[in-house]
Amino acid sequence: MLAKEIYDKYEVVVGLEIHAQLQTKSKAYSADSTAFGAAPNSNVSPISLGHPGTLPRFNEKTLEYGVRLGVACGSKITYENQFARKNYFYADLPKGYQITQDTTPLCTGGKVLIKDENGQDKYIGITRIHMEEDSGKSIHDLDPYNTLIDLNRAGVPLVEIVSEPDIRSAQEAYNYVTEVRKLVRYLEICDGNMEEGSLRCDANVSVRLKGNKEFGERTETKNLNSIRNVFRAIEYETKRQIEVLESGGSIHMETRGFDAVKGETISQRSKEMAHDYRYFPEPDLQAVFVKDEYVNTIKESLPPLPNELFDRYTKELQLSAYDAEIITEDKAFALYYEELTKHTKNYKAAANWMMGAVKSYLNENALSIDEFPIAPKTIAEIISLIDEGAINNSIANQKVFPALLEKPNSSAKAIAEENNWIQESNSDAIDEFIEAAIAKFPEKVEEYRNGKVGLLGLFMGEVMKASKGKADPKLATQLLKDKLDK
Amino acid sequence: MKDYRSLQAVQADLFSGEISCVQLTNEYLKRIREHEQLNIFLETFEESALKKAKEVDEKIANKQAGKLAGMVISIKDNICYKGHKVSASSKILEGFESLYSATVVERLLAEDAIIIGRTNCDEFAMGSSNENSAYGAVKHPNIENKVPGGSSGGAAASVAAGMCLASLGSDTGGSIRQPASFCGNIGLKPTYGRISRHGLIAYASSFDQIGPFTNCIEDSAILLEVMAGKDEYDSTLSAREVPAYSQKVKESTSDKKRIAYLDCYVEHEGLNEEVKNRTVEIIKSLEAEGHTVEKISFDLLDQLVPAYYVLTTAEASSNLARYDGVHFGYRSPNATDLLSTYVKSRSEGFGPEVKRRIMLGTYVLSAGYYDAYYSKAQKVRRIVKEQTRKVLADYDFIISPTTPHPAFDLNSQVDDPIKMYLEDIFTVQANIAGLPAISLPLGETKEKHPFGIQLMADVFQEEKLLSFSKQLMNKYSLKKGEA
Repeated sequence: MLAKEIYDKYEVVVGLEIHAQLQTKSKAYSADSTAFGAAPNSNVSPISLGHPGTLPRFNEKTLEYGVRLGVACGSKITYENQFARKNYFYADLPKGYQITQDTTPLCTGGKVLIKDENGQDKYIGITRIHMEEDSGKSIHDLDPYNTLIDLNRAGVPLVEIVSEPDIRSAQEAYNYVTEVRKLVRYLEICDGNMEEGSLRCDANVSVRLKGNKEFGERTETKNLNSIRNVFRAIEYETKRQIEVLESGGSIHMETRGFDAVKGETISQRSKEMAHDYRYFPEPDLQAVFVKDEYVNTIKESLPPLPNELFDRYTKELQLSAYDAEIITEDKAFALYYEELTKHTKNYKAAANWMMGAVKSYLNENALSIDEFPIAPKTIAEIISLIDEGAINNSIANQKVFPALLEKPNSSAKAIAEENNWIQESNSDAIDEFIEAAIAKFPEKVEEYRNGKVGLLGLFMGEVMKASKGKADPKLATQLLKDKLDK
Repeated sequence: MKDYRSLQAVQADLFSGEISCVQLTNEYLKRIREHEQLNIFLETFEESALKKAKEVDEKIANKQAGKLAGMVISIKDNICYKGHKVSASSKILEGFESLYSATVVERLLAEDAIIIGRTNCDEFAMGSSNENSAYGAVKHPNIENKVPGGSSGGAAASVAAGMCLASLGSDTGGSIRQPASFCGNIGLKPTYGRISRHGLIAYASSFDQIGPFTNCIEDSAILLEVMAGKDEYDSTLSAREVPAYSQKVKESTSDKKRIAYLDCYVEHEGLNEEVKNRTVEIIKSLEAEGHTVEKISFDLLDQLVPAYYVLTTAEASSNLARYDGVHFGYRSPNATDLLSTYVKSRSEGFGPEVKRRIMLGTYVLSAGYYDAYYSKAQKVRRIVKEQTRKVLADYDFIISPTTPHPAFDLNSQVDDPIKMYLEDIFTVQANIAGLPAISLPLGETKEKHPFGIQLMADVFQEEKLLSFSKQLMNKYSLKKGEA
């Protein structure tokens, strides 16, 4: 450990490579299913097994999904897309090479908006996004003597998203991966599930003295399988590199792994041992051409993106950044809110309902918003009943909402009426309750009039009890005060 | 049995009831057994062939037979046939059985061809003499102590030995045309992208094409017609319509053609005197008949073979990476871990020529050498393609000898790979440029050793190529008048 001032002299520079598995129904170059969780080696065919004489068949969906992401990031879409072979031997790579893109990545340039350490907007540049196929899986811990191989994943389409070295802290990296995951989920091209390996991240990390223009030598930490581990690995790697430099050593380009239990990165391969992948053009596939009209069609069909919604919610709908952030975290949740705002103008109340009653119900029952039984229109109806003074907030939350969960097809108003929950706004009726309350405690009336105004609550309680909670509390308070102050 | 030399002759006898498919198949099987020492077939598919023969006989009786009824055909051991072994003549695929059929196999069977067996070849189609087979060399069926050529040596020999009516081979740099030249039959390499490669064990993907060996042009035409055309399993395939080659070739034409011959081919110093004389003789005769025949200078000859070997070995080094002892094929019994599985399985499973080409291909793709070799060879390829097609914009065909000489002695060149590589000198141009080319058995030495004359045409000009080939066969074939 060094003194804090020493660490503070340095700045970390991070570039991330994110592999996102595309949720196409079939594989990138064969008709095999891509379903997760199938029995090992069942989603295979001679093509994905790399049997002699087989040739790849390009899945057009891979292209569509890749273009969707590129358009959402504002990237330039490449017209002539060639494929390349990346050659290396590994037991879970049946052909002995991976079909990828080398010199003509599908997308170049573009950016992703994130929040920096201080919550300020910051753009992270995208270097390239290219299409490739996944390898199978080697399983080392199931059999004590053998490595087992599952080729279900072999040939599943991926996009690799390479960022510019624009990231300056572990927190920014955390925010960037969070944002990319949100984006691919909004675009419905990847489920973003890091535990299942649908999204994987490699971090290129270097440090330099603050103010230096030149980048330091970098290391690459591979296969980070959660956003939290991206953060931890970068934190660790930053410290480690600073300590090496401060003790007079130097950083060498190398590949490292991350031990999530110890929270440490471990050297795996030095540059001298690095693979020579012998990239060359894939002779079994013709180039795929992406026309402007195609890109435009994709552009027009894009769903609303989280950043656009966030902007609209904070600026037009006047929500707090916090509320907007939570609502846009999940696409389906945001779309529910979108629908809700079509039926009510009380955006703040709508946001409160989403983040309160709705979210707690989903959390308690471990449901997603798609499984939520009450329609947005009905929630909007509750909001308008409150705004009209027909029901109060507590009746709405404690009675109407639970009753609607039971009978989601009813209207909120019908439920409230059926159960006699519409509050009493008729001053004559409320007067009766007030008279009764005053008559019940004559000595308390005396005490109140002598200055013990806190007793107002006691009378209100009596009025609400007598009205079975239906008296409009605002109106009742006013009338009660008038009566007592006479 | 008659020595059938055309499908038409076979079908005439089949339809008249003179012979049945079952009889025909049994006769061919008998002939294969009688000449086992030639090592032409690695395996006969007796059971499935006779089953198919019986089925076709029934179809003939019901007048439902397909176009290829009675076509008994062999396939090179690098073409996959579901439920049958395929090994590319390599130990590394010993015992391997294909889970699916090549598109060409499916199309042949759909038209009622009978696939009689798989023929020996050079390992992974790498070779020019059929001596690089893990299962032993193929011997020339008609000339003692000579090679049949390669890599489709078994295929060419199977037709020359009358063990089947036709055969399928594959041509990456001359592997159909060169053995056709040595064995005295017709070998056609179609345009790259004309016939599906799905189910052809890859040697060099951007060069490989399947094609037929036959005794007559009509059979080449009908086989091409059946096999060609788009296939969802091969994305490098052209979507072009397939002309009715078999009909077109029947129409006689007497158009005058424009024919080029390349100076460096005909004047090549390694060219055998008799081969040269015959080539010149045919050129002169064509001219006399009113065709325009002109000498064209072409100065890329010395670049052809080197560029070809850089590019094909690069692709091969990658294509053959899948034979790693892990998923299928040969695994060394001495392997103890992943690395030794790779090293030992591949060292023991591949023969020396295949290893040499994998090493060469790996080298030319390596960091630091890529630009000097692979990129440069690609440039050469582009220039060769441009220049050749420029010639073919002016001329209908380029004519040349197929090979610099007739069949050479067994074991005479095995220790000299460079000399062996130069066997391809006249044939690689068509593969580098992706053009169709055909070798026609129009030459013979004094000792009656055959050699071929090659015609090359522009891409997708097979129709024109076949028609003109027929004219040449009619006029110059030394075997005229046979059935």
